[in-house]
Amino acid sequence: MTELLNVVLLGFLALTALAAIRLRDLFAVVMMFSIFSLLSASLFVVMGAVDVAFTEAAVGAGVSTVLMLETLSLTVRRERPPAHRKLLPLLVVTVTGAALIYGTFDMPKFGDPNAPIHHHVVTRYIEASPQEIGIPNVVTEVLASYRGFDTLGELAVIFTAGVGVMALLGTRSRRRKENRR
Amino acid sequence: MIQNPVLRVVSKLIIPLILLFALYVQFHGDYGPGGGFQAGVLFASGFILYAMVFGTRAVHKVAPLWIWRPLVATGLFLFIGVGFVSLLFGKPYLDYDALAQEPLVGQHIGVFLVELGIGITVAAVMIVIFLAFAGRNQ
Repeated sequence: MTELLNVVLLGFLALTALAAIRLRDLFAVVMMFSIFSLLSASLFVVMGAVDVAFTEAAVGAGVSTVLMLETLSLTVRRERPPAHRKLLPLLVVTVTGAALIYGTFDMPKFGDPNAPIHHHVVTRYIEASPQEIGIPNVVTEVLASYRGFDTLGELAVIFTAGVGVMALLGTRSRRRKENRR
Repeated sequence: MIQNPVLRVVSKLIIPLILLFALYVQFHGDYGPGGGFQAGVLFASGFILYAMVFGTRAVHKVAPLWIWRPLVATGLFLFIGVGFVSLLFGKPYLDYDALAQEPLVGQHIGVFLVELGIGITVAAVMIVIFLAFAGRNQ
């Protein structure tokens, strides 16, 4: 059952990616990106990573789609057909893709219990966290407590992004005051 | 602004549920999937839906920018502040054991406050970015 789900989801993922490349209507491309995010979120659910799936669905499929649509409404809706020839980009993409796939041959198989990722600090988190922190959701424990510095840095990044947009685009209330003057 | 009556009625029904679900994700993150990041984005998406259907002016009436702009910094300061409280009690920065007599209770308080800070900043940043983009259109 899981294999079937994976095949269907990955197939749709490839189709949406191809459609996003082929389409020239940027509105449709943004929709394709949103569907792509939703499909990846479903894949994360199948893999059991519900927290990641939640974030992907909320940020990737939701908010970033809205922001891209907002950007589209500021620019034009249709992409200009490329003036250069397609041969060189295709070659670069094929070589890079082949190198990446070659790299995955060395990776441990999906779900392999002997994979390094399951042996580094993860076992300690799972074994010691009930005594040390006592919150049922291990993801929250790792995010907020064990790796608090990381999360503080991430929050600072989001804060900086917000401040950057405010500084670059300004905000409406200020412009209204200027108009009144 | 969208004139379609179906969209207007349905979004009016859904927005309270979105905000409520965001609060659930925020405060239930210790037990189920979710946490500050997801809750902040969900909370913001409620306001973004309201702005898309009823226009940004309606959002400015409900929650003007002067509310959101300080909140962008408030969440981050809450996170940083929790760390300094640990320092005051002679523990390492962001060690939540210091926040209560019992280390486990301290961890609970610390994670709760930190997630709350994340949620506040993420929601405020998303709404501010959206309103900044939407403001360029008018």
